[in-house]
Amino acid sequence: MSAGPILSVEGLRVAFRSRRGAVTALRDVSFTLEAGRTLALVGESGSGKSVTSLAILGLLPRNGDITAGRLAYRARDGRELDLARLPQSEFRAIRGREISMIFQEPMSSLNPLFTIGDQIGEMLLLHEGLDGAARRKRVIEMLEMVEIPAPARRIDSYPHEMSGGMRQRVMIALALICAPQLLIADEPTTALDVTVQAQILDLMRRLQREMGMSILFVTHDMGVVAEMADDVAVMYAGAVIEQAPVADLFARPSHPYTRGLLASIPRPDRPEGERLVAIAGSVPPLGSLPSGCAFAPRCPLATPACAEPVGLRDIHPGHRVACIRAEEVLADA
Amino acid sequence: MPEPLLSLRGLSKHFETPRGTVRAVEDVSLDIARGSITGLVGESGSGKTTLGRTVLRLIEPTAGTILFDGTELTGLGQHEMLAMRRRMQIIFQDPVSSLNPRLKVGTIIAEGLRAHRMGARAERRDRVAALLEEVGLQAEAMDRYPHEFSGGQRQRIGIARALAVEPEFIVADESVSALDVSIQAQILNLLLDLREKRNLTMLFIAHDLSVVEYLCDRIAVMYLGRIVETGPARPLSREPVHPYTRALLSAVPQPDPKVERDRQILQGTVPSPLDPPSGCVFRTRCPRALPACAEAVPPPSIPGPDRIVHCINP
Repeated sequence: MSAGPILSVEGLRVAFRSRRGAVTALRDVSFTLEAGRTLALVGESGSGKSVTSLAILGLLPRNGDITAGRLAYRARDGRELDLARLPQSEFRAIRGREISMIFQEPMSSLNPLFTIGDQIGEMLLLHEGLDGAARRKRVIEMLEMVEIPAPARRIDSYPHEMSGGMRQRVMIALALICAPQLLIADEPTTALDVTVQAQILDLMRRLQREMGMSILFVTHDMGVVAEMADDVAVMYAGAVIEQAPVADLFARPSHPYTRGLLASIPRPDRPEGERLVAIAGSVPPLGSLPSGCAFAPRCPLATPACAEPVGLRDIHPGHRVACIRAEEVLADA
Repeated sequence: MPEPLLSLRGLSKHFETPRGTVRAVEDVSLDIARGSITGLVGESGSGKTTLGRTVLRLIEPTAGTILFDGTELTGLGQHEMLAMRRRMQIIFQDPVSSLNPRLKVGTIIAEGLRAHRMGARAERRDRVAALLEEVGLQAEAMDRYPHEFSGGQRQRIGIARALAVEPEFIVADESVSALDVSIQAQILNLLLDLREKRNLTMLFIAHDLSVVEYLCDRIAVMYLGRIVETGPARPLSREPVHPYTRALLSAVPQPDPKVERDRQILQGTVPSPLDPPSGCVFRTRCPRALPACAEAVPPPSIPGPDRIVHCINP
């Protein structure tokens, strides 16, 4: 089965300093990513999923602080590191080599002044001291792996000479050239057309099979979750409110928010003429989150007891949920 | 099909650029029945947004005709067209950049009423209040500014603005694409309610096929400036005929981990509209292309009731 977790996030809190005081962006993020698997971190805008991935990468903006919690990461040499307390100098040795990332917008992540070969090759120079012909050969091999046609010629292209889909392939090549053990992919296909998205998802699945890395896949799209994830953590208003294996989450959503989210999606197998069930209201703005369950103001099952803080608990093995009425949600499904 | 409210015949829009002619919309014919919602789907660069704007003559067509309720729009002068615009409105994708941040919501919504001299001043306030309530906001919203609202609420304001002049026809251009899924469901249901209540006719432009299948009565699929397939929403999405429609549908990730699909992954990317392929525009990426596909634009054929497909080897 599994080789144990590669990343355990426990009670992560992040606050941003602003002129109007501290704004809490993450209140209580906890999840576990098992080695070799894909965990989807899913949520709507403002849920905190991108802040979570930046915190793991040690790339929070200057005014953002981790105020509590642990990011337990099992390094390649077997050491357990707490990424929440790792000095930047050590982070630089890990980032790009052991932990890599791809973002939504490949154009703004690539330098327009350098060829893609220079940019991918720089990783090899930085982390492996590789140079010259050997380096060029490795880059061409990597471009071939991400299915860029005519790699020996495209290695000398500039980012603007490529389509959005091709640029995302370059980003993937850049992220995987040093064979990292953890890949963080933040909405990597959101800006792409659906037929190009299908190509990229297919590529990511194949590369994971071949290279065996663990993936933290940040997305808002439940369709992409169903297709890519082994496990899912659902975020709402700065907290993980449910985590489960993917089949279990879709078959037995146990938090009213997860259930509402799934009911909001138009599905092709829906009976004709049946209306979608929308979640009323909207996400509360950060900085004015209630002390108890943040979903309570929109929740059809809310009771006065929901004003008390609520944490994740096991509802059955491997399935955790932060709702005092989860059993009723399940029974009602 | 009942009498169409809108009929397009041979509609084209070309843009002249220093690098040549961009054929954004090419020879599009489409009928939209009164009280129905037609979904126009396609990927970036398919020409769907240009088509939506050409229909309203926000962009002048290069060729073809636009028949709206018996009136040919392409020949109308500025004044006559302005009168027609009251009956045809548009809702945009981005509710942030399409609402003037310096104006109060009430002023934004009443703008059309003033332009078309509809109602006296005092009446307008009541009209705006009623409109805000109709789209699920409170009447007090009229005295606030757009930035005070969330994305979903701003989209409701955009809808209220379009409805103010009591149009019969609305072009909705990616109107839910920027919204979170739980909010998107609210807006889709609102559009369905409004269609029922006001017997609205809509051209709903979107790239998300699941959304289009949910909302629309009919679907038209666009690729590189041309409509390649049209038909009633359910039959078209259950049994797509055109190879492009099939590939597009099979690419949509389904929110169900139990589904095992044999997915057709299209190779390559959309060719440039500066130099579209001869014959069938899809042939360069089509798994079923024949030599004959390069020779002529495929004529329409009828694979089922109310359906049209342009493909010689479906």
